[in-house]
Amino acid sequence: MSERRAVVAGHADFAEGVISAVAQIAGRAEVFLPLSNRDLSAKDVEREMRTLVSEPNVTTIFTDLPAGSCTMAARRLLRERPDLVLVTGANLASLLEFVFSEQANAAETARYAVERGRTALAAIENEGGARRGD
Amino acid sequence: MAIELYRIDDRLIHGQVVVGWGQPLALEFIVLVDNEVAASEWEQELYRMGVPPEMSVYFDDVVSAAKNLQGYQTDDRRGLLLTADIASMAQLCSATGAIQRVNVGGIHHKPGRVQRLRYVFLNPQEEAALRALEARGIEISAQDVPAARPLPLAELLNAEGVR
Repeated sequence: MSERRAVVAGHADFAEGVISAVAQIAGRAEVFLPLSNRDLSAKDVEREMRTLVSEPNVTTIFTDLPAGSCTMAARRLLRERPDLVLVTGANLASLLEFVFSEQANAAETARYAVERGRTALAAIENEGGARRGD
Repeated sequence: MAIELYRIDDRLIHGQVVVGWGQPLALEFIVLVDNEVAASEWEQELYRMGVPPEMSVYFDDVVSAAKNLQGYQTDDRRGLLLTADIASMAQLCSATGAIQRVNVGGIHHKPGRVQRLRYVFLNPQEEAALRALEARGIEISAQDVPAARPLPLAELLNAEGVR
């Protein structure tokens, strides 16, 4: 496992919640730094995110929604910090992949996290419940 | 169909606007009225990337928005018009006389502002500007998301903090 860390940013308790799920599954909550946009202006979100990404070993920002203010703030930071990578639409599976990643660089780690998160997302219908002819 | 909502929100395009309002109102376009954004290709690209591909975004400064408003209002599609601050919306209302309702959706903390709601902070000049709009017959209410109760201006200005 690498020493890479990431900011997880989103609406309301998204970040705290999904990080607590990482802690329960992998015991590695310290990999992630949470940020909520609750009651913050766009400039405040950006300022708080800038502080978090300056922590040691932070390479990546995960956000919940592509249209969200956290994603907007992250895109702005990427302009001044091209070494950072942004992953939008983050979910638990993508964060777990990040925790256990052994990829050589942050961009590759992010791509694997995206792939894992996308694979985890599925619509499963009740295969046994439907009657013939329904 | 035209403009369904005239909203003041200092985050401009973000989750509440695109998803929270966008889905129930079946929005097909957003008019983002902001002098700074209208002058920056990079800022426009940033906001354009925040909306789904089926939704159009138009960028105007306050002057061009006043000229284009009638076109937006007679558009066959459903739209939402956004400004980041009260002053821009007030200028647009004055210049056109064609806006009947304004939604206060998010004005966040800054020095000099007093918290009225969880998502609305106002300084005395901003409160006066909202009162002036109402005095001209424009209905002002605060409402962050569609499921919340819209608070009329009098209630907003009497509110004292988080709710």
